[in-house]
Amino acid sequence: MKTNHISTLLKKLASPPGLSGYEESIANEVETLWQPLVDEISRNRLGSVLGFRQGAADPPRPRLMMVAHQDAIGLMVSGMREGFLRLTEIGGIDHRILPGQLVQVHGKRTLPAVIVQPPHFLLPPEAQEGSVPLSYLWADTGLEEKEVQRLVQIGDPVSFGRNYIELGSDLACSPSMDNRASLCALTLCLQELKGRRHAWDIWAVSSTQEEETLGGAATSAFQIRPDLALVIDVTHASGPGSPSHKTYPLGKGITLGWGPTVHPRLYEIFKELAQKLEIPFKMEPMPRYSGTDADRLQTVAEGIPTMVISIPLRYMHTPVEIVSLKDIQRAARLLAEFAVGLEIDFMDKMKWDETPKT
Amino acid sequence: MGRDTENLTQPAITGEQLRLLEKLCNAVAVSGDERQVRRLVMDQIKPYVKEMRIDALGNLLASQEKDSQKPLEVMLAAHMDEVGFMLTAEDDREDGIYRFELVGGIDPRWLAGKPVVVGPNHQKGVIGCKAIHLTTAEERRNAFTVEGLRVDLGGGGAKVGEWGTFATPFQKLGGSIRAKALDDRVGVATLIELLKYDYPQVNLEVAFTVQEEVGLRGAKVAAHALNPDLAIVVDCTFAYDLPLQEEDSFYAPENERYNTRLGFGAAIYLADRATISDPRLVAHFVRTAEEKGIPYQFRQAGAGATDAGAIHLQRSGIPSISISVPGRYLHTPASIVRISDWENTLRLIYHALQTLTVDILKSDR
Amino acid sequence: MKELLKDLVEIPAPSGYENQVRNYIRQSIEPLVDEIRVDSMGNLLAVRRKNGAMRLMLVAHMDEIGLMVTHIDRQGFARFVSLGGVMPIHCVGGRVRFLNGVQGVIGVEKNPTSYEIPPLEKLFIDVGAANAEECPLRIGDVAVFERPFLDLGKRAVSKAMDDRVGVAVLIETLRRMEKSEFEIYFVFSVQEEVGVRGATVAAFGVEPDLGLAVDVTATGDTPKGHKMEVRLGAGPAVKIRDAGMLADPRIIHWMVQTAEKAKIPYQREILEFGGTDARAIQLSRSGVPAGVLSIPCRYVHAPSEMVDMEDVENAVKLLLRLLQTPPRLDSHS
Repeated sequence: MKTNHISTLLKKLASPPGLSGYEESIANEVETLWQPLVDEISRNRLGSVLGFRQGAADPPRPRLMMVAHQDAIGLMVSGMREGFLRLTEIGGIDHRILPGQLVQVHGKRTLPAVIVQPPHFLLPPEAQEGSVPLSYLWADTGLEEKEVQRLVQIGDPVSFGRNYIELGSDLACSPSMDNRASLCALTLCLQELKGRRHAWDIWAVSSTQEEETLGGAATSAFQIRPDLALVIDVTHASGPGSPSHKTYPLGKGITLGWGPTVHPRLYEIFKELAQKLEIPFKMEPMPRYSGTDADRLQTVAEGIPTMVISIPLRYMHTPVEIVSLKDIQRAARLLAEFAVGLEIDFMDKMKWDETPKT
Repeated sequence: MGRDTENLTQPAITGEQLRLLEKLCNAVAVSGDERQVRRLVMDQIKPYVKEMRIDALGNLLASQEKDSQKPLEVMLAAHMDEVGFMLTAEDDREDGIYRFELVGGIDPRWLAGKPVVVGPNHQKGVIGCKAIHLTTAEERRNAFTVEGLRVDLGGGGAKVGEWGTFATPFQKLGGSIRAKALDDRVGVATLIELLKYDYPQVNLEVAFTVQEEVGLRGAKVAAHALNPDLAIVVDCTFAYDLPLQEEDSFYAPENERYNTRLGFGAAIYLADRATISDPRLVAHFVRTAEEKGIPYQFRQAGAGATDAGAIHLQRSGIPSISISVPGRYLHTPASIVRISDWENTLRLIYHALQTLTVDILKSDR
Repeated sequence: MKELLKDLVEIPAPSGYENQVRNYIRQSIEPLVDEIRVDSMGNLLAVRRKNGAMRLMLVAHMDEIGLMVTHIDRQGFARFVSLGGVMPIHCVGGRVRFLNGVQGVIGVEKNPTSYEIPPLEKLFIDVGAANAEECPLRIGDVAVFERPFLDLGKRAVSKAMDDRVGVAVLIETLRRMEKSEFEIYFVFSVQEEVGVRGATVAAFGVEPDLGLAVDVTATGDTPKGHKMEVRLGAGPAVKIRDAGMLADPRIIHWMVQTAEKAKIPYQREILEFGGTDARAIQLSRSGVPAGVLSIPCRYVHAPSEMVDMEDVENAVKLLLRLLQTPPRLDSHS
């Protein structure tokens, strides 16, 4: 069954912790998966994985870059007291979800632990009411102090416990669906491209450190200098407490970004393509910025026409992120058909209306 | 080429420049869709430039005939975009009414009860607000928020994703101009005027940039592409020269945070939030102003940013400075500038370009 | 090293106006390097060439936080804004020195209702002028905190330890180094305090293979201070992260292994705020593996910043060792 295959792939990609800056585990997984699907695999100097597929047209060939960030949010050990670990964040986390969370401390060994909130009489007066700030929470590994000192040091990443759950026939829930769901779509796209012909050179990029600096995509783009860039990320799905005018229903389609970060011509072309392919989509207004790799990517060097395609995701930046497998498939299909449909003179279509004729 | 280098001793603001500014101000070009202004500019500068092109982000880049004898390549920049809003969702209850989000730095307290224009066809609408009779005193103590306001187009026709802005028409008020988008159409108009002249040591590259109001984006890539020897940014900067309200204890009160003042001439930037102007360029502009008797003021350091913020950090660094026309009530429905300040800004930059030589960068910064 | 440090911290050089300290540094190191130049933004770049070797960019910033005059009122009081992160709590009652030599004191408007820390807008500088005409200041004049170097034996106190102590470490390293595995660009950067601007353009021009900033970091060892494990006197710190970047794990590994082998004390540092020039290097062009060698410092951005001289000496020792030990950049773990 199609969605079983997607679920298996998604689970493979969601499993490695790969916290921002400490992404070896996910980078290796991506390399393994992409190796049979591309002509060359390499790593950018900051650690992004670059998969290159040569186009079929004669040189010089234009270059398409498709990027999904591989890094995930999490925590990091910032101190130790009597065997308990103090934590700091990597990426943005609502501290209120932390008490009771099962985590893994990546020290000399991977140590399971739980994040705990002290009872109020062990907290200073300013932290006793309301939600307890991260600086007062502890991670408890259950080990003796000496063991902890031997196995753990400041700077060790701490990831949410891996727990992949299938919900119903279409939904999947796990930590790091932001952005492994998009990586899954990108991988499916590459699987589709393997059997198809495309005129352009294609660079698939699994970028580093989106959650911290948006640095991976931008530095990869500086290296590749693509003519076009497509960013695949996640957006907010509707859910309890979320405003309906800023969210999109799960399983009912993907979103196409619109705003200063997106090249308007690219948006139009993606819109027509999605309609032609009968892929349900909604326009996602991004009046100021996209909140994705596109924000830095667009202004690399002399500027890159950029498009943002997003997969709706519920409970973003928590360990229980939910996505629809169908939406992942839709995104993959849209990317693949766009890439395959790129004619060698496509960039002529990207000219602004009033471009002077030379 | 159409450039008049014989008759005019220096540029001036006459009816011709005012009419151009009117066209520019009345055009709608919010960050992300600068088409209308770009087209206007292209029409205007065609007789005065050798090359014109539009880059990946929509910047309009133009250059005069290049003379290899001229040792300096100078980039001038002014941004085409204005602040405004984007329609982001249809209101759930009424037709033709839309939620919106702001594009660029607008204080929401200036929005209620104003006429607006939306979309490429300048569809007319308003940002309304509930009748006072239907409010309580308690309610009126709280400021309006963007979440609570709506754009009302009186029926359908507009689409989610379309941009809009204030509908204030351009008007001359004695020695002043009242219009929307003087930030930075006055800069755009200044650049167009400067292109009409020839400069002995300078090859001029002009960038009409996009998306300044949402993060200096156009200027970043334009500067990376042009890589000039130095850059001059022409913008419109806040004048908060209003009277004070409270009495001081011992001395007569003074407004100390005016940023710039109307009627005091061109505003030279020493430092803002994003750039510390190259002191060699500051010295040149001050010298020029003093020698030519052009009124100028120093813009107070502190907040704000111009395209120079992005330009000066490109590649291995580009010495930059911003020179702006002071304006009151920028980023609101109606701004005001003094025509004399505009003229002095134009003249200062003109004379500074005329007297620029390669020596300016000889000493270390 | 104390003499060198004393000379450096007492030079007034706020962000954007670093000439004086740059001249001093240039004189100190010119005979020790193969090439030296000043770039368009004012960064000082000094090179120890080694063709074919990995190119290392070492950077310490020359600028200190400062103030710029925005208005002189009729009575001759000067209003100002900050260049870099000047905190009002460190200003009231403090003394300043302008680049033109004028000195003054910072006063504050009275708040009749509370003793809360006022914002910068409520402060002013008094140079003792009777009125605006007699005031020797102009809009745009720049000043720095005025505090002489204080020798406390094991520890030293001054304004501008951030980052003259980093500058001192680089100069001392240059003086003592013999051969190295790298081609090294010693970059003394400008305008770090206003957004790592100098390093941004310097990194683009230098195109290094790896980058290391030498800067101060905060400590957690003062009463009810930051929640940080870094302490004065426990050695230089290997930065793991701050608010601007995650240091490259390969660089962290390189620094830690080298320190352990050479038995040089070091600390692992996590700073939950702030940033350094290393971020600018990391994000330059196609990306550069980057890290930071931090000098623990109490009271950062106050007029009296304190460092431990042994930490400083150990920083030099560690840096000298690092220059003899090439890192492994191929693997990522």
